[in-house]
Amino acid sequence: MKERTIGLLGLQGAIEEHEASIKEAGTRLGIEINIRHVLLPEDLDGLDGIIMPGGESTAMIKQGTKSGLLPALRKRLADGFPAFGTCAGAILLAKHVKRDAKSEIREGAFPVIDMTILRNGYGRQKDSFSVPLHIAKVGTDLNAVFIRAPIIEEIHPEVDVLATFDGHPVIVQKDNVLASTFHPELSGNPDVHSYFLKLVG
Amino acid sequence: MKERKILKEYGDVEITLGSTNLKRGFAKMVKHGVVMDVTNPTQAGIAEDAGAVAVMVLDKLPADIRARGGVARMATIQAIKETMETVSIPIMAKCRIGHTMEARLLEEIGVDMIDESEVLTPANEASHVWKWDFTVPFVNGCRDLGEALRRIEEGSAMIRTKGEAGTGNVAEAIRHMRLVNNGIRQVVAAKDNPQELMILAREMKVSYETVLKVAELGRLPVVNFAAGGIATPADAAMMMQMNCDGVFVGSGIYKSEDPEVRAEAIVMAVTHWDNPEKVAEAQSMVSERASMPGLDVSTLDEGKKLQLRGANI
Repeated sequence: MKERTIGLLGLQGAIEEHEASIKEAGTRLGIEINIRHVLLPEDLDGLDGIIMPGGESTAMIKQGTKSGLLPALRKRLADGFPAFGTCAGAILLAKHVKRDAKSEIREGAFPVIDMTILRNGYGRQKDSFSVPLHIAKVGTDLNAVFIRAPIIEEIHPEVDVLATFDGHPVIVQKDNVLASTFHPELSGNPDVHSYFLKLVG
Repeated sequence: MKERKILKEYGDVEITLGSTNLKRGFAKMVKHGVVMDVTNPTQAGIAEDAGAVAVMVLDKLPADIRARGGVARMATIQAIKETMETVSIPIMAKCRIGHTMEARLLEEIGVDMIDESEVLTPANEASHVWKWDFTVPFVNGCRDLGEALRRIEEGSAMIRTKGEAGTGNVAEAIRHMRLVNNGIRQVVAAKDNPQELMILAREMKVSYETVLKVAELGRLPVVNFAAGGIATPADAAMMMQMNCDGVFVGSGIYKSEDPEVRAEAIVMAVTHWDNPEKVAEAQSMVSERASMPGLDVSTLDEGKKLQLRGANI
């Protein structure tokens, strides 16, 4: 049986939900998934790919910088490491980040995907929503859950947009790096995780 | 279904707001994090910089509420709004137990989560807020599994231990978490015995279905944090080791003499709770001489214990 070791950025957030989804996707594809929670630079050794969960990007950056994980992971991603970020994870993977509508653009933690992302772009929790979403390239229809989600405001033409909602990309791909502003791990459907496992190879 | 979700036209599609999945999902996003009590925007900014996942806006810290006595109510709306404008992380605020209108006002101004809290003076001795009627998620305190499940049946999207707020003494939070964990173990052990599950449900004054759900999941169906008396990085890591999903720190930070560094150290201890070297590093950032002096809970009169509020309903 094929085996893959998938890291879960373990600094903060909905880590266990991704763990369940990626395992389910592995079972479906006949791949044995080993999970490792990634907190320190040495946790990156031997990983086949990494998932960055939803949570608070400010909290993740703070802890990741302190432990030296962020610079180590940034280097690894620059060398073409498969990654999948959801919500806060998508913010970490964006080249340009806006803290709020009024603030200036800053460079993201891992500037892998050439896009400008606005934190909490839809508003506060009262504006959190779910909507049926068709993702042709993934071959799925799921209930996309947006929780204090960011909005991708601008995107480089070389980045693949897999689906949009209200005129904004909500799931995008650059080579083997995948980012969604919604939470596939809360949709009860492992199709997006299966798609990521195929990118991992 | 008890759930009250809102359907809204959005261009040519229909979106759902305020569903149970969205409310419980919000709580999932703050897991492995620290929610900090603050009384003004400056403190909220410090909390955000320290790596808090959310702040809880209060008029007075629990330790001051305890010392001052009198009636403790929801915070000043203007203070909550100012904090919402200052920080980019989620904002929580407390309403009194059973005070449906305070909760409605907090929902109206757009706080991200409401804590129906025993730290404030209870407003309704007969019942808690019926939280299914709200689209904003709620967090509630508990002292054991039964209390947790009663709150979940009322629509709570997140549970925390009550502990004994404002004491700087983690002993009660540990006791409550132990009771929740023991309760879950007991339910899981009865998983294949419907009669035993029914007896447990009756003892806890909750439905059979709710108990069955716990038996199947092997945990609470919502996120479960620790709260009440956490004062040091070691306290926070201890709670994580007891299977909590994260921690609330109330008076422990701003009643210490080193709030900035203590806030950072507690976040670090929660992130790395499973790594003693890192927790030691976090603990060495703070001095015990700077910790809040605290109270020995065993010397507290029963009437002064906040945890008893709303416990029997």
